[in-house]
Amino acid sequence: MSYHSIVMVKQVPDTANISGQVMKPDGTVNRSKLPTIFNPEDKVALELALQFRDRFGGTVRVMTMGPLKASDLLRECLYMGADEAFLISDRKFAGADTLATSYVLAEALRKLGNYDIIFAGRQAIDGDTAQVGPQTAEKLSLPQITYAEAILNAEGSTITVKRKVDNGFEVLEGTLPLLLTVVKDAATPRPFRAKRVMAYKNAHTLLELEKMTEGNSLLYMDQLKEEYVSKGLFIPTLTADDLDVDLNRCGLGGSPTKVHKIESVVLGGSAHETIPPTKDGMYALIDKLMEDHIFG
Amino acid sequence: MNENKLVWVFIEQRDGKPADVSFELLSKGRKLAESLNGELQAVLIGHNMQAVAEETFHYGVTDVLLADHPDLNHYNTLPYSRIMSELVDRYQPRIVLFGGTFIGRDLAPRVASHTRSGLTADCTDLQISDVTYLRKDYSQLLLQIRPAFGGNIIATIICPDSPVQMATVREGVMEKIPLSQPVAGRITPVYYEPDAADQLVRIIARHHEESKVNLKAAPIIVAGGYGMGNWQNFQILHELARVIGGEVAGTRAAVDAGYIDHVRQVGQTGVTVRPKLYIACGISGAIQHRAGMSESNKIIAINADPDAPIFGVCHYGIVGDVMEVIPKLIDAYKHKLK
Repeated sequence: MSYHSIVMVKQVPDTANISGQVMKPDGTVNRSKLPTIFNPEDKVALELALQFRDRFGGTVRVMTMGPLKASDLLRECLYMGADEAFLISDRKFAGADTLATSYVLAEALRKLGNYDIIFAGRQAIDGDTAQVGPQTAEKLSLPQITYAEAILNAEGSTITVKRKVDNGFEVLEGTLPLLLTVVKDAATPRPFRAKRVMAYKNAHTLLELEKMTEGNSLLYMDQLKEEYVSKGLFIPTLTADDLDVDLNRCGLGGSPTKVHKIESVVLGGSAHETIPPTKDGMYALIDKLMEDHIFG
Repeated sequence: MNENKLVWVFIEQRDGKPADVSFELLSKGRKLAESLNGELQAVLIGHNMQAVAEETFHYGVTDVLLADHPDLNHYNTLPYSRIMSELVDRYQPRIVLFGGTFIGRDLAPRVASHTRSGLTADCTDLQISDVTYLRKDYSQLLLQIRPAFGGNIIATIICPDSPVQMATVREGVMEKIPLSQPVAGRITPVYYEPDAADQLVRIIARHHEESKVNLKAAPIIVAGGYGMGNWQNFQILHELARVIGGEVAGTRAAVDAGYIDHVRQVGQTGVTVRPKLYIACGISGAIQHRAGMSESNKIIAINADPDAPIFGVCHYGIVGDVMEVIPKLIDAYKHKLK
């Protein structure tokens, strides 16, 4: 039996390298000011899905919700070996918290359909909430296995998964379809395949094709799209209209959590005592700690 | 708007033993209930849980909603989230708190999704306050406070239009404060009807070890950050900890770099500690880390960068190369105390 997987991936700001004005006055993130990367655990999730396909056969589709430039991330997924990629993008989805995000993702999954396993990273480094996976599963009434470390086996409609828990692990048997969230140690993402990079660096979304036709009277949009579709280089974009979503549940407006206040972190004054980094300094420090009744 | 003033805490149990974090949350929940002039209640799911249920009375719980059934022995996402979601739907508590554990982080989002409630992860503080948001007044909202986005900011999250406000909190963030006398609480049984759908995921093996690490109980903690430079350098912290009798811990960056295991991570997404002495070595002092250690009794910071934020929270600051300072500190300790 072969299996059809969909991997949910996210382009995230490189939180290790933040600078400048990244927060907008409404408390949401000004993502255009930030360098972006492939969310590390989503990349591991994709790798695990690809390994699963290598072992049991089937297909791996990827999808991401994000701004138009998130298509970069989808190309990277194609370089690694994904069969198809989908961009979910609409201004109406912007500013969503995890609940509103999972609502749109669940509707997109419903639209794509025909899946046995949905893979996602455990959490994204820009929020560390680990909420979107379980919330998406709940909306589709799917079982979930979070913190997956390894897929031990698959047989018919049952998979066996090892998952991390507090101070140990569990082995679970799950009935498909289900959603898995994957931890960092589950797999090492493969490098991009040179042949696939050559092939898919030209994979584009509709908007990217439109930009190519701008100011070029020799290119006709309809023809261009047809050509890209026939070559397998077209990345479909799903918008609010395509998904038939309730707009009251999307984006900032559909998010129950709101940012009320943002405070810059005020550093306390340097009220501390400075100890010189010398032998004498260390002796004096030990004396002080003895006076503090910490030592001795 | 939701007029009841119930504060709920999900009591987490593993092998029948209640998690520490649940009692920490009850202690905080009691304060929130006092601010609301409301009531603290607990939800407990498991098997043979009577004694655990009664233990919550020591934290001011007036009512324990108890689902007790052999099939509920171990945490399993589907039955637990079904029970919890149905209870939230039925009673509409104002606030629901979960531990930021493997179990809480698996359960809370599922329940929040089902009940369409706002959920904020890894809060470092919770308060009740009247709020004006977009020119509308809201009374007694839960302020969910957490560092965000690279740690440059502290965000206060609210759920103004969500009848139920949910939050997760990591172990150690709140202090566990039992009452001197237990309250006379009651236990309300919750009927559990097994359903075939609850078994779509089945536990076939479990392996648990008692944690060998208990950072929260350690009187002295020697912690290292990314500034230790490499794994080899990090080992000197084990030497220092051995000599002075402490536990070794690390920042998230040190964990991510592979210098130290995740169970020893101190900070917003790790453990919060309040030792007698905390020695921060090669730690710049991002807010997420400080959130987990700033209440230590005494803090020593050793860092080559005099402008590192860690010096803003320390009591004794040493500007210098950790690899030169630490051997001197070890020598001084041995000389003075041995």
